Amino acid sequence: MKKDLSQNLGFFSLFICMAVTLLALGSIIYFIAVRGFGVLNWNFLTQVPRSAMTAGGIAPVIVGTLYITFGAIIVALPLGLACAIYLCEYSPKSIVVNIIRISINNLAGVPSVVFGLFGLAVFVKFFGFGVSILSGSFTLGILALPMIISSAQEALTAVPQSIREASLSLGATKWETIKNIVLPTALPGILTGVILSIGRVAGETAPILFTAAAFYTRGYPKSIFSEVMALPYHIYALMTEGAHPDKQRAIAYGCSLVLLLLVLFISGFAIFLRQRQRSLNG
Amino acid sequence: MDLSCRAITPIMKMLRFKEKLYKWIFTILAFASLFFLVGIVLVLIKEGLPIFGKVSFIKFIFGRSWYPTYNPAEFGILPLILASVWVTLGAVVVCVPLGIGSALYLNELAGPCQKAILKPIIELLASIPSVVFGFFGMVILTPFLQKIFHLPTGLTALNASIILGIMATPTVCSIAEDALNYVPNAFREASFAMGATRWQTLTQVVIPAAGSGISTAIILGMSRAIGETMTVLMVAGGAAVMPHTFLEPVRPMTAAIAAEMGEAPMGGSHYHALFAIALILFVITFVFNIVAEIISRRFRIKLGLSG
Repeated sequence: MKKDLSQNLGFFSLFICMAVTLLALGSIIYFIAVRGFGVLNWNFLTQVPRSAMTAGGIAPVIVGTLYITFGAIIVALPLGLACAIYLCEYSPKSIVVNIIRISINNLAGVPSVVFGLFGLAVFVKFFGFGVSILSGSFTLGILALPMIISSAQEALTAVPQSIREASLSLGATKWETIKNIVLPTALPGILTGVILSIGRVAGETAPILFTAAAFYTRGYPKSIFSEVMALPYHIYALMTEGAHPDKQRAIAYGCSLVLLLLVLFISGFAIFLRQRQRSLNG
Repeated sequence: MDLSCRAITPIMKMLRFKEKLYKWIFTILAFASLFFLVGIVLVLIKEGLPIFGKVSFIKFIFGRSWYPTYNPAEFGILPLILASVWVTLGAVVVCVPLGIGSALYLNELAGPCQKAILKPIIELLASIPSVVFGFFGMVILTPFLQKIFHLPTGLTALNASIILGIMATPTVCSIAEDALNYVPNAFREASFAMGATRWQTLTQVVIPAAGSGISTAIILGMSRAIGETMTVLMVAGGAAVMPHTFLEPVRPMTAAIAAEMGEAPMGGSHYHALFAIALILFVITFVFNIVAEIISRRFRIKLGLSG
């Protein structure tokens, strides 16, 4: 009987842990959804900010986020895909592969603000891109690289060895096999990884603090060399800068809800797709 | 390819060349991660080292006052380091029981149906942007803490610890759950066959077997917490003083970099000092990651999985 009691107590405490976790995270979403919903309307999403950030919409902010996010993916995707192809298709099992793998893991663990400093020193200063979409995209691209590599690797490993061998036995070269057989088969998995990375990159703030973001720009960004307003930075700036904290707070709720919906929708879609692919792959 | 040895036509030569070319392209691009990692280190060293011409390394690390904009400026980052350590340890107190407990629940108690719903949800929650956590901390938790503890400000180390802890929980949970998944079912069955209850099996067989995997989860969670920027920037309060209690504002290293880099004149001492802080931060997270890597490798070997 004593055994049963400790078991029940133990299991109950595990249940409590799960419940508290879901409750804590759920309440964050709940509060922001409830308070942000009142601000959200069509004008908020489609107009430019007015009256020193206290009225109007956040359209340029959303557009700015999309620009730097897609810029980052354009930087990270070719590099990440190439790296994954090397690791899965070409790599001799050797120390080189280990070094690459360890550096990917460590790059994934570098604090985001350190990426920001790197971007500041290299892209903003050294290459002279200034605080711009270009600098921000490169900085975020490097941050997204490990995510893209590991998801592409997963997709490539899931391609059955037999179809590679079938292709090779028909006389196709290695590159032809990769290009015509492996990549098309792995494409859905690779795309899922890309979508997942988009969700993560869109919410990153620290790397764009000094490389891309501005609290206020006039209207929409004009070229890849212009500063942008971006959702995550905008939330931070609305809460810490500006002359009308109270009026700005309402807009910050709206921005948070938009960012949260954007990220949860994109990530949720990717997680759903991956779940389905995994069950299809067995 | 070996067949082509018999008669090498120009086309085959071309084909061979193309194959080699592609292999080289992929090999070179594969080094991008290493290239960027080394690049980050070099940049941090290049931009950070000049500060040690002004302040000695020992004085920089153990100096108790951080007044980078005063004249004469003082660059002692001990308050910032301690703030980071405090906030991270506070976060660990929150995220380790919650994360590991949730992982155990998912792995041992939840039915297949529950698991199929909860796992993606946890993963989805891990993708909530840090700035949203910071925002929540500022608008909801801050007034709440201020009221409970009768504080002049609710932006404190405690606030940052709670928010960071909640934020790191899904990460810890996911990694720990993976580790629990690696424990072979035969272990559990053997334990049941000996007459052990489910709880005994869990505490005496499964947890010890997954122990190093779970430690990896904790270390990676800590690494994430110590490097986290936006939340601590928004809710930790930002006072660069030696922390005494959890109920005072503090300024962790990441927050100092993020808050001050905008105002630090490029190429000045303050600018170099901030890069030096980033370098120290990088070294800390690097060590965490390497330790996690070593432990997880041992774990995989112990359970007979391929490294």
